[in-house]
Amino acid sequence: MKIGFYPGCSLSGTAREYNESVVAIANAFQIELITISDWNCCGATAAHNINKILSLSLPARILALAEKDGLTEIVVPCAACYNRLASAKYHLEENEELKNEVTQTIELDYTGNVQIINVIQFIEKYILNKLEKKLEKTFLQKVACYYGCLLVRPNKVLSFDREEDPLLMDNVMKKLGADSIDWAFKTECCGAGFSVSQTETVARLSGKIIEDAVLRGAEAIIVACPMCHSNLDMRRKEINNYMNTKTDIPVIYITQAIGLAIGLSEKDLGIHRHFVPVNLKMETLTENKHIIENLVKTEE
Amino acid sequence: MENFEPKIVAFVCNWCTYAGADLTGTSRIKYSANVKIIRFPCTGRIDFMLLLKAFANGADGIMVSGCHPNDCHYTSGNFHARRRWIVFRTLLDFLGIDTKRIVFSWVSAAEGVKWAEMVNNTVSEIIKLGPYKEYQEIAKEYLQNNEEDGNE
Amino acid sequence: MARIGVFICHCGENISSTVDVVNVADEIAKIPGVVHSVDYKYMCSDPGQTLIIEAIKEHKLTGVIVGACSPRMHEGTFRKALEVAGLNPYMCEMANLREHCSWVHEKSQKTTNKAYDLVKMLVEKVKHNESLHSIKVPVTKTALVIGGGVAGIQASLDIANAGHNVFLIEREPSIGGHMSQLSETFPTLDCSQCILTPRMVEIAQHPNITLYTYSEVEKVEGFIGNFKVTIRKKAKSLDEKACTGCGLCITKCPNKKIPNEFEQGLGNRTAIYVPFPQAVPNKPVIDKINCTYYTKGKCKICEKVCPTKAIRFDQEDELVELQIGAIVLATGFDIKKTDFFPEYGYGKYKDIIDGLQFERLASASGPTAGAIRRPSDGKEPKTIVFLACAGSRDSAKGIPYCSKICCMYTAKHAMLYQHKVHDGKAYIFYMDIRAAGKNYDEFTRRAIEEDGANYIRGRVSRIYERNGKLIVVGADTLMGAVPVEIEADMVVLATAAISSKGSEDLAQKLHVSYDQYHFFAEAHPKLKPVETNTAGIMLAGACQSPKDIPESVSAASGAASKVIGLFSNSELSRDPLIAYVNKSAPPIFSTCVGCFICESVCPYNAIGHEEIKDRDGVIIKTIAYINPSLCQGCGTCVAICRTKSIDIHGYSNKQVYTEVISLLNDI
Repeated sequence: MKIGFYPGCSLSGTAREYNESVVAIANAFQIELITISDWNCCGATAAHNINKILSLSLPARILALAEKDGLTEIVVPCAACYNRLASAKYHLEENEELKNEVTQTIELDYTGNVQIINVIQFIEKYILNKLEKKLEKTFLQKVACYYGCLLVRPNKVLSFDREEDPLLMDNVMKKLGADSIDWAFKTECCGAGFSVSQTETVARLSGKIIEDAVLRGAEAIIVACPMCHSNLDMRRKEINNYMNTKTDIPVIYITQAIGLAIGLSEKDLGIHRHFVPVNLKMETLTENKHIIENLVKTEE
Repeated sequence: MENFEPKIVAFVCNWCTYAGADLTGTSRIKYSANVKIIRFPCTGRIDFMLLLKAFANGADGIMVSGCHPNDCHYTSGNFHARRRWIVFRTLLDFLGIDTKRIVFSWVSAAEGVKWAEMVNNTVSEIIKLGPYKEYQEIAKEYLQNNEEDGNE
Repeated sequence: MARIGVFICHCGENISSTVDVVNVADEIAKIPGVVHSVDYKYMCSDPGQTLIIEAIKEHKLTGVIVGACSPRMHEGTFRKALEVAGLNPYMCEMANLREHCSWVHEKSQKTTNKAYDLVKMLVEKVKHNESLHSIKVPVTKTALVIGGGVAGIQASLDIANAGHNVFLIEREPSIGGHMSQLSETFPTLDCSQCILTPRMVEIAQHPNITLYTYSEVEKVEGFIGNFKVTIRKKAKSLDEKACTGCGLCITKCPNKKIPNEFEQGLGNRTAIYVPFPQAVPNKPVIDKINCTYYTKGKCKICEKVCPTKAIRFDQEDELVELQIGAIVLATGFDIKKTDFFPEYGYGKYKDIIDGLQFERLASASGPTAGAIRRPSDGKEPKTIVFLACAGSRDSAKGIPYCSKICCMYTAKHAMLYQHKVHDGKAYIFYMDIRAAGKNYDEFTRRAIEEDGANYIRGRVSRIYERNGKLIVVGADTLMGAVPVEIEADMVVLATAAISSKGSEDLAQKLHVSYDQYHFFAEAHPKLKPVETNTAGIMLAGACQSPKDIPESVSAASGAASKVIGLFSNSELSRDPLIAYVNKSAPPIFSTCVGCFICESVCPYNAIGHEEIKDRDGVIIKTIAYINPSLCQGCGTCVAICRTKSIDIHGYSNKQVYTEVISLLNDI
């Protein structure tokens, strides 16, 4: 099957391993990702802080280009891009005047009919039911699924999962054998764009997230957002300095977790690019899998 | 139009606009004498055929006024009047009747000043539009056949 | 033949200085049908009225027009004059020559002409006036009070003390409502049950009050003064006459682990139970859903031990029909539970409780005998965080209104906690402190100044558990939105007050309006707060909107006074300017075709169905029927009737069309 794909800037840059893992699992499940032609930056945090029309026009252009490409549904792995695209779509739907102004600015036809899904919805819709057959290894660890803020807020616009205590990523990890813990910082802010301008704020906020996960026994943090990953992983040194700790809990993307479970190589999934080393022991399923398959056969 | 004195009928509800017009009186605010009020318990009582009757009998303009939405003394009469008006206005327009000559408003018992303004504005508008002869022409045949018909 | 008398008033100089009243009287005299037309200085004065009365007698007038001030002023005065003269009072109309004419126009011929037109219009109208008489509606002097909380209790006592019979029905096994669950009440810190239970006993012992507990309203028919109400008395599995209230059955019941509703889930009860020791009536009921006998067919220990053989496992629900004159709705309120808050854990943390649960902890007769203890491990909390406005004033949660009582009871909770746990620390996150009642602000100041409650202005974004403590994450906005984190042993949420469960159903049974929150709608928000638009049904207490005890009691007495006023006459006298469906001889019977659109537009539920039957009782036609006891005379049905089968006295089709025609033409 085919689906539209908007990588966004970070997947081409600092989050290239996220890109690698998304493409890898898409291939593994025979899903063709069709990148939107001539896509532009979604505007991220910068645009909506500076100019409202700009912040809506940039995503609107992307959606208009997707329409032009004949794409009805697009997957947007970066949580910020997802939030900006979905917000723009929502606001243009609610306000006819705004829609006209933006359409004039981008000089493209815009109907607002493209479906936008994030990577977790993508997994749930197209991968989850095929997962069991392809499972080769399972996780043995307790994991903390960290959603961050952009996937769930504002709830009125995104209507994705339970905004105070989302569960979809947890469900996926459970299917991969992990013990997904109940913890308090699932949607707390990591410090976001202050990574550069106020690194200490990120150290404090991300530090609290890691502290809670570790306290509750998590051995890995699973994320679906490049910003979250960057703050929790790349900024680990600053976090450890600020918190006066030496935590070494690894942070991986949900797509990487799936990739590992279906037997893809660490290299293909970009695991080696992480700052905090990822040493997650997994149990090879092969024998058990055959037994289960046989059991199923005899029952049939 | 020299010395054109429009004849304007106002259908108003007892609890709000009639009382509001009373307040205009007690406040001694002056307005044009071309509007004469007919009292109803509620704008919901106003059958819009009455409006046509008014035009048929020579009215140049009509005012219908009642309580503000949510303030109706009988809870919902004015909502019905409003709905009726929205449908009726489209029909009148379609029939070629000049809907600019009918002014629909909400005037509360406290809005003495507003009533005076509504009256004066309506009168000056009707003066600009001139005497309403067209209706008589449209209804001529009917009027010839049915004189002094009080009902229906 | 019409014989109309016209009286034009000068009103001193109020009318005559602008309108040529003599001229108007003279011109009006020329209209066919007018036999007497005069002007006079002051029509409303005694001599003025005498003028009318004598003219009626002398000239045998059949109708009277008074051209004077607004009818809203003196219509009543002149109607009375007609009555004195022996003419039906509804044969009088007033032309508004003052407020609508002389006071708002300049002195001119145009103004005099307008005055003439207005009088002429009414002369022609009054030719079509009919003699009308006040409508009499009989009244059954028995009241029904639905709901046995403090409001229902107050209303019942007031009505019963005025000498009327009252049926008080309550769906719980005991009366008392939420007030009986409170520990102390603000601003006096009186023990709640101590002040309430004497009233409850008074209800039980009052000769004019019949108390039905464990009962609900099944059906309501009829209208003001003449309601027929069917009550369902749910089976208690008990012969109340035989039961002495000894309580042996309760002590012997082996099924002890049922969550106690009265204790808000903090304690347990048995299957045969009395909700609390001071219950009225102090007779148990069997919870059929949990009782071992009803669910599994075994046990029956209560039956065996009962010394008076009062247990009746075969008892069925009983339906009772009551003839009622007026109904008082006093069904109270509920509060949101802690599971309403995803940011506070979806109700999974045992030590996050709501205000009513705290009341039970603080209550001397509660599950902890008044000691403040954590529900999770029974330990005494050393730090409690109270959250005011939990859910209220929040459009995102669907509750934009203020729940009114929480600021006060939160201050009270903090005070009670400090009194009981001297080394405890109470923190209160608040948005505003609403303490508007008598001695209320002084009370909240006491909480701060004397009892050391720490008020933090800000909201709490999240509460989670760590190492056995509840981490409360909020902000202190008065310090510049500084984040505040408190490690609490317990959190009390002052959750939003909501309408009582089942309000919508009950409102629909009674045809009473309600708002989007299912609070019952008052007839007028300012001037009629204890009545509904449904004649004969009054409102008392929190079922109309969140209220504290003094307000509930006031509203209850207010509702009671409306009922007592209603009962002060054997008959209700109503204005006859109402609508009616036309009736004619067979085979037509009526031009009404039975579409009942009129029924759907009447705000007073005054329109019903009437079956026209032949001599054998076969229904020929079902037409609309307007109840003269309920119709308020708005005329909406008249305008909406497609066959013009409905007309209205005083503003009939004939009358209003005549007004339009005569106003515009020279008839």
